[in-house]
Amino acid sequence: MALYHNDDQAMLAETASQFMAEEGSIGKQLRHWRDRECKDGFGHALWKQMAEMGFTGILVGEEDGGMGMGHVEAGIVLEEIGRNLTPSPFLTSAVLAATALKHGSADLKGRYLPGLLSGDSVFAVAIDEGAKHRPERIRTRAEKSGNGFRLSGQKDFVIHGASADMLVVAARTSGSDDDADGITLFAVPRDAAGMSHDAVRLVDSSMATHTRFDSVELDGDAVIGEVDGGREVLGAVLMAGRIGAAAEGVGVASGAMDMTVDYLKQRKQFGKLIGEFQALQHRAAHLYSEVEIARAITIKAAQLLDGGSERADLMTSVAKAKVSKAASLAVKEGVQMHGGIGMTDEYDVGLYMKRDRALQEFLGDLYYHADRVAKLSGY
Amino acid sequence: MSDLETFRAETRAWLEANCPPEMREPARGEEDIFWGGRNATFQSEAQKAWFEACVAKGYTVPAWPKEYGGAGLNAAEAKVLREEMNRISARPPLSSFGIWMLGPALLHFGTEGQKKRFLSEIARGEIRWCQGYSEPGSGSDLVSMQTFGEDRGDHWVVNGQKIWTSYADKCDWIFCLVRTDKGNKYQGITFMLFDMRTPGVTTKPIKLISGNSPFCETFFDNVAVPKSYGEDVPGFVGEINRGWDVAKYLLGHEREMISGAGGGDRTAGIGAAMLRHAGEIDPLLRAELALFDVDALAYTAMGEKFLDEIKVGKAHPAQPNMMKYVGTELNKRRHELMMSAGGSRSLEWDSEETRGGKPARDWLRTKANSIEGGTSEVMLNVISKRILDLPGA
Ligand SMILES: Cc1cc2nc3c(=O)[nH]c(=O)nc-3n(C[C@H](O)[C@H](O)[C@H](O)COP(=O)(O)OP(=O)(O)OC[C@H]3O[C@@H](n4cnc5c(N)ncnc54)[C@H](O)[C@@H]3O)c2cc1C
Ligand SMILES: Cc1cc2nc3c(=O)[nH]c(=O)nc-3n(C[C@H](O)[C@H](O)[C@H](O)COP(=O)(O)OP(=O)(O)OC[C@H]3O[C@@H](n4cnc5c(N)ncnc54)[C@H](O)[C@@H]3O)c2cc1C
Repeated sequence: MALYHNDDQAMLAETASQFMAEEGSIGKQLRHWRDRECKDGFGHALWKQMAEMGFTGILVGEEDGGMGMGHVEAGIVLEEIGRNLTPSPFLTSAVLAATALKHGSADLKGRYLPGLLSGDSVFAVAIDEGAKHRPERIRTRAEKSGNGFRLSGQKDFVIHGASADMLVVAARTSGSDDDADGITLFAVPRDAAGMSHDAVRLVDSSMATHTRFDSVELDGDAVIGEVDGGREVLGAVLMAGRIGAAAEGVGVASGAMDMTVDYLKQRKQFGKLIGEFQALQHRAAHLYSEVEIARAITIKAAQLLDGGSERADLMTSVAKAKVSKAASLAVKEGVQMHGGIGMTDEYDVGLYMKRDRALQEFLGDLYYHADRVAKLSGY
Repeated sequence: MSDLETFRAETRAWLEANCPPEMREPARGEEDIFWGGRNATFQSEAQKAWFEACVAKGYTVPAWPKEYGGAGLNAAEAKVLREEMNRISARPPLSSFGIWMLGPALLHFGTEGQKKRFLSEIARGEIRWCQGYSEPGSGSDLVSMQTFGEDRGDHWVVNGQKIWTSYADKCDWIFCLVRTDKGNKYQGITFMLFDMRTPGVTTKPIKLISGNSPFCETFFDNVAVPKSYGEDVPGFVGEINRGWDVAKYLLGHEREMISGAGGGDRTAGIGAAMLRHAGEIDPLLRAELALFDVDALAYTAMGEKFLDEIKVGKAHPAQPNMMKYVGTELNKRRHELMMSAGGSRSLEWDSEETRGGKPARDWLRTKANSIEGGTSEVMLNVISKRILDLPGA
């Protein structure tokens, strides 16, 4: 497949770009909700609009009322989300949870997908148990109890955990903490008895929770996929989330870079536009190269994922790592090249730096994924 | 089966029948590379057989039209051929500045007569070409070059000096930038073609840090360059005094070629190979290798995207500069890491095990990647101005 958008994808990109720039802009969304200290960190009205546009159903099969599209398409929307720093539960709900639900029973799909498609529901995914992404180790336990399960443990940095109607929880149903097997995924309603959500605002103004499960009783039909066989589903969920985060990161990088290059053409010092100084030109040109390459590997990985290639896992980690590098370069250079004004809250470039920092940690940072690249390459 | 699938199957069968097993592994050293030319000799029967089979099929220049010695493949077919050759690690049958640089310029600017003659010679590996661009005072600032050709009606008399002329002492002909109008910087240069045996042409090798001396100083002392080699075969490409356009076009191809030379390939291999040979890797080196592989695999995807976009005219015309910049910097980093991975063994300069110090010599050679064909700094200048549209000179 060619590594650029086909006609349908180009059309989607145009629609998403226009929509996010108009409805999802920094002024209308991120700043608006942040300045009100909104407890969700995003606006539900916009989420409904995104549903009307069909965005929320991109990864939902046509037989379930969705668009039946792929990760390339989800990435197109996410890139625009990144470019405009649009706060929304798109990544957690329409990408991560939707991918999990693909493996769910007809009953689970019927219970949750309509809310996603209409924009009435928000989902979260609870995987991490600590400050660093380490999904290889899962300690949260779900013990058999009657014909259901009893869930105990704690999940950390659950994005939108307190706003979500349902959380996809990865728990251990057998084996010890570091075992690959013995994992099961559950769809857990937020208000199930025994759950508590300790919400915390992050640097990018998004909201996360430390969620505790204290003997939470679950029905057997809360299980997504097979009991003890959840590792594979979890793998698919993580891959979808990682490539999605990479696509959003490309948008963040591009947004910061465009602002910066624009500033270089406006700001005068020493009687010249600062963009005339070669010291800045070379750094801008280097930055451009890194961002373009990050975009290329992101499309490549998304295509491989959509095509079911066995190289998708490796390339998804390459993409997440490469985007981490490129986006962090973009935001750092962005603030630096704006000089003092880049440090002000009033100016948007710092907001890109904050979002990038949060995206870096989400589902594995540069080092985590570089390490995976080495392992998957046999060293 | 689609046409392309049929083509793939046929290509696979053809390679199976025609590519000798000895030609299915990477070149082991300079001597393994076949450059063609009047004095060419083959290193082995296999090298000869492989070369001749490819010439007959048009596979030394697969995408050139059949009438000029190519196979007339379209972009998709050429990609399939490349993939199939890569699959069996088939060596290029012929390496040549004629293929990479002069050929594309002739296809674009040449007369029918020039194409018939020169392209066919290049495709059959009969004439080996060198590139006379740089001068001692004109490297990055190429357009300041001074070698002068005085108009004498049916010929020019050329005087001056070129430098860094790769393989000048082994080449048969030169494509050369010569100033023909001193009053006009950009529109006073002619792109000439002439035989290195022409009286007045001398060369002097320059030894490199790698110990090899692939390039030369080239001197022109009253060299008579004909304006024509026969009907419709001018001794220059494009128009007189408009050689800069040709030179720029050709540099685009040169950058593409250099950027293709190993930036992303054979990656994710160093770490695994080291583990196989030494049984362990220093954790910090492993981390460097992993971070390198991230960049290299991502760059490979960029290369693919770039080629895809070129095919449909979506690539920015200055994009090759970006590919050249990143690809060459990556290749240098790769060889630094290979030296570290090899440890003391890779320091050996003349041992059997290292095939005469290949790792060290290759490592040193890569340092030229970010100089030849335009330096990294010059690439960044071009990206700044032509892609980012930043202000200034
Ligand atoms: C936290 C903070 C505290 C401060 N405190 C004080 C204070 O107490 N008193 C005070 O007077 N000021 C203070 N400043 C202002 C500070 O000194 C300026 O921000 C600084 O000198 C940069 O100027 P600028 O912001 O106008 O950036 P600009 O001069 O507009 O620079 C923008 C970008 O262009 C680059 N650039 C500019 N000229 C060139 C060139 N010739 N070559 C290459 N690159 C160039 C810069 O390095 C920068 O990256 C403070 C700033 C900050 C952020
Ligand atoms: C292995 C090899 C093979 C070659 N083969 C050939 C060949 O076959 N034919 C041929 O004609 N030439 C050939 N060259 C020459 C090559 O094209 C030049 O070396 C190259 O263009 C750089 O010119 P220079 O060496 O004069 O460096 P200079 O132009 O003197 O540059 C010196 C340094 O200054 C920097 N610099 C120069 N101008 C600027 C600027 N405006 N902004 C920022 N930095 C700048 C450069 O980046 C470099 O770091 C070859 C070179 C090498 C190393």
